[in-house]
Amino acid sequence: MMAKITYKHPDGTVTIVDVQAGRSIMRGAVSNSINGILAECGGGATCGTCHIYIDEDNTIPLPPMLDLEDELLEVTASERRPNSRLACQMPVSDALDGLVVHMPEKQL
Amino acid sequence: MSHIRVVVVGGGQAGFQTCAALRDNGFEGSLTLVCGEGILPYQRPPLSKGYLVGDADIGLRADSYYPEQRVGVVTAIAAAVDRPAREVLLDNGVRLGYDRLVLATGARPRSLPVPGSRLDGILPLRTLADADALRKALTGCRRLVIIGGGFIGLEVAAAARKLEVDTTVVESMPRAMARVLSVEMAAFLVSVHRSHGATVLLGRLVTAFDGDVTGRVRKVVLDDGSRLDADLVVVGIGVVPNVELAVSARLPVDDGIVVDSLLRTADENIFAVGDCASFPSPHTPARVRLESVQNAVDHGNSVARTILGGSAPYDAVPWFWSDQHEVKLQISGISTGHDHTVVAGSLDAGKFSVFCFRWGRLVAVESANRPADHVVSRRAFAAGKLPTPEEVAAPGFSLKEFAAP
Repeated sequence: MMAKITYKHPDGTVTIVDVQAGRSIMRGAVSNSINGILAECGGGATCGTCHIYIDEDNTIPLPPMLDLEDELLEVTASERRPNSRLACQMPVSDALDGLVVHMPEKQL
Repeated sequence: MSHIRVVVVGGGQAGFQTCAALRDNGFEGSLTLVCGEGILPYQRPPLSKGYLVGDADIGLRADSYYPEQRVGVVTAIAAAVDRPAREVLLDNGVRLGYDRLVLATGARPRSLPVPGSRLDGILPLRTLADADALRKALTGCRRLVIIGGGFIGLEVAAAARKLEVDTTVVESMPRAMARVLSVEMAAFLVSVHRSHGATVLLGRLVTAFDGDVTGRVRKVVLDDGSRLDADLVVVGIGVVPNVELAVSARLPVDDGIVVDSLLRTADENIFAVGDCASFPSPHTPARVRLESVQNAVDHGNSVARTILGGSAPYDAVPWFWSDQHEVKLQISGISTGHDHTVVAGSLDAGKFSVFCFRWGRLVAVESANRPADHVVSRRAFAAGKLPTPEEVAAPGFSLKEFAAP
């Protein structure tokens, strides 16, 4: 029960990790020491510092966005785009295998 | 600088962050983290929330992080500091030499000095071991009494109600979270807990615990003479900073290890960070000791930069959060001593922020389910661009628009 998640940094570096199902995209980054996701609040949809952009060519269906996430994305440090999400609100499942996400320029 | 030895005492959030920030900022010297709990650093916030109801993912980093980052983890208790020799003495007899020492010794739960407080079934909550014991005790618990209506008490109450445990909270002050929250937010939170079936008693002191023949707690006795049935008690009445190591090293302490704006103690080679440190802050009128993840993380980052030669005073905006039932509570700033409040948003809908002012100056923003207000208010505090009470009270006020550059 793992999914391969690709994290791409603004400087072009790429990290690919296997994230256990049930963990979030945020935890997948933080516990593997992937910089670029701060997750100051630890994953409660309260700080907006795990902002990511889903790859524009993505075709994988994503978990739905709740109001709190939507509200926080309005005040992220890097601009909100149509493909913006909070990584803590995206639990990993087998269905997300192969997902590619991009880190923003800044989280604070 | 690159070959000095840094020893960090305490494997909580602040100690961990000190190590992580040192390596992130290019520190090449030797780095030792003394962990007293016998396990690698983990997140404490979930222990009073999701962890009690099943969510168990709390490690701060994978086990492989420490060898990869050359962080030597030593499982021991630091017993004393020999300042002339620049050594930390561990309880296993080992002496660890240091060039820079960071005390991240944390705090321990305050105990309740009343008759019966040593009965079985009366539990504190601070460590993972505490949380494991509480989680186990909650299974099969029929009547839980929580002493203290602060962060820990109310979060445990929410978790216990989720597990359908009969729950009573006893708070000695006339309102919940009195030390940190406005009257408005405190009243709202109490109403939320009551609507979820918890009994919340305010302004009541515990005078004793009564047990049965097996030595297990059965009753909680209050100052009005009432006796509450209980087969489990959680005591969440605050913490005491762990200053003993600093005292043994003859460093000044005053409700915490006294440090300057660089988080340095009276010994320029010894620093203190996190829950144990009493520090000057531009965001509070007097020196302050804060118990929060924000404080631990920002202290860790700051002390790492100082050890690497930086000289920027610590000035991070304090912030806090709590999850209780459907309420995401977030606080920016420090509301102590506020004399005026303005509420923005809808209390009925459970989405609002309380703006707290002292002498007309905004000192804290408490947000319930309004995370954008929280995020923007932190930026406003950091920039010093703060609205007046009149501005906040004006129809159509938007903090986001106000704070826009």
